[in-house]
Amino acid sequence: MLLIPCPWCGDRPHNEFSYTGDATIKRPVDANAPAEDWNAYVFLRDDPKGPHDELWHHVNGCRRFLKVRRDTYTHEILGSAKPHEDITSNEGGAA
Amino acid sequence: MAKYSIFSLARNAASYHTNWPKAWRSPDPKPEYDVIIIGGGGHGLTTAFYLAKLHGINNVAVIEKGWIGGGNTGRNTTIVRSNYYLEANAHFYENSMKLWEGMSQELNFNVMFSSRGVLNLAHTPSAIDSFQRRGNAMRLNGIDAEYMNRDQIAKMVPLLNMSPDSRFPVMGGLLQPRAGTARHDAVAWGYARGADERGVDIIQNCEVTGFDIENGKIKGVQTTRGAIKAKKVGCAVAGHTSQLMDMAGLRTPIEAHVLQAMVSEPVKPALDTVVTSGAAHCYISQSDKGEMVFGGDLDFYNSYAQRGNFPTIEFVTASIKWLFPAFSRLRLMRSWGGVMDMSMDGSPIISKTPIEGLYLNAGWCYGGFKATPGSGWCFAHTIANDEPHPYNAAFTLNRFEKGYTLDEKGAGPVPKAH
Repeated sequence: MLLIPCPWCGDRPHNEFSYTGDATIKRPVDANAPAEDWNAYVFLRDDPKGPHDELWHHVNGCRRFLKVRRDTYTHEILGSAKPHEDITSNEGGAA
Repeated sequence: MAKYSIFSLARNAASYHTNWPKAWRSPDPKPEYDVIIIGGGGHGLTTAFYLAKLHGINNVAVIEKGWIGGGNTGRNTTIVRSNYYLEANAHFYENSMKLWEGMSQELNFNVMFSSRGVLNLAHTPSAIDSFQRRGNAMRLNGIDAEYMNRDQIAKMVPLLNMSPDSRFPVMGGLLQPRAGTARHDAVAWGYARGADERGVDIIQNCEVTGFDIENGKIKGVQTTRGAIKAKKVGCAVAGHTSQLMDMAGLRTPIEAHVLQAMVSEPVKPALDTVVTSGAAHCYISQSDKGEMVFGGDLDFYNSYAQRGNFPTIEFVTASIKWLFPAFSRLRLMRSWGGVMDMSMDGSPIISKTPIEGLYLNAGWCYGGFKATPGSGWCFAHTIANDEPHPYNAAFTLNRFEKGYTLDEKGAGPVPKAH
């Protein structure tokens, strides 16, 4: 079980959450942006092996979204933040 | 190469099986090859085998960072089927299915392919409609499919929970009788032996660390055992496609996710077909050793860990227990995870890339094992001719930006589809 530090609720088991994916992708602001930009937004992912910033939805909790930095190889949780905030990495975080 | 037969078995039994020759060599890498295949799993070995057998390209190396068949080839639940709705998928997987049917003879290696049937359960009237539509599409494409009603299923799978009061009552099902299971390790070993016999160098414990690309053209690869030149390079490393393509400067429509599977303690024969339920999110079959082999959904977060978490194991075992109440007393013997190449439309990629001479075989999602022979067959054709075979012409890398995704599930751009 992953222990996810929800910025509102504290450490909660991960099956209270729904995973929403890569938090770094940005929707093009301009609807007429080049097709490559839309392709990158809809389909392309960095998919790193290591620290990964991702969105989780605390769907069976406070129902709010949060950002989590998690290592995709060790599953170690390195930090979390509210969606509009930057994550300050906590190397000794709960694993 | 010693031919395997009843006579060679008897001959070697007389010497207590101590004199069997090695099934493949362990050569040092040559400085240059016509084709290098990165990834010594089922797909890579099959590609090398068919390059040598069908396309006359024997100066080939398969480079594997660990040992052959040690990745997802050895981690799957061994299900083989071709029950697809979309035409591009149907023809590709049916070609693969036909190769499965002749594989043991083609390789002179017993892969224990067993046409025990794959039964998808329908639990709602709309699921019945969609299964009948898929079954009809399959039959139009020349693939066997039979709609099964409730009574037929109760007779065919006696241990299945047929209670009309259960959470997901069984209402019907779609059966592909020719589908089944095979022994996964033997597939890797059989193709490795066949490729080696035709001159392919299988180089294990050799990890690719970079590509040599000049003016948009591939020149070779850098490895932990030195640089190796090559005219063409094919990548078949599903699970780590993003890492390898990063080295070539290409971003891919792929995420790595962990998928778990597990086996129970072995019991006497109790289940002679493969049963799957989309609604309950699980599938199960019984191995030749007697273990119940089953799995379910992804853990649903990006992962390269080759291990998952307990909530998924709990969910899958609960689903199996609901389908087969009798199995509730079985003890779980092992569970493990594999890293899936989850493409953004649920369909694979067998394609040229923007780099000349670099080819990509990736994005197999949950279902790479059943595709093993057809994947290598098409990938070998694509590499040898520098253009895809009609069977994999739709599996391009640029189909996403062009708007020609193959979204079998109709789920939109998510890396979660089967």
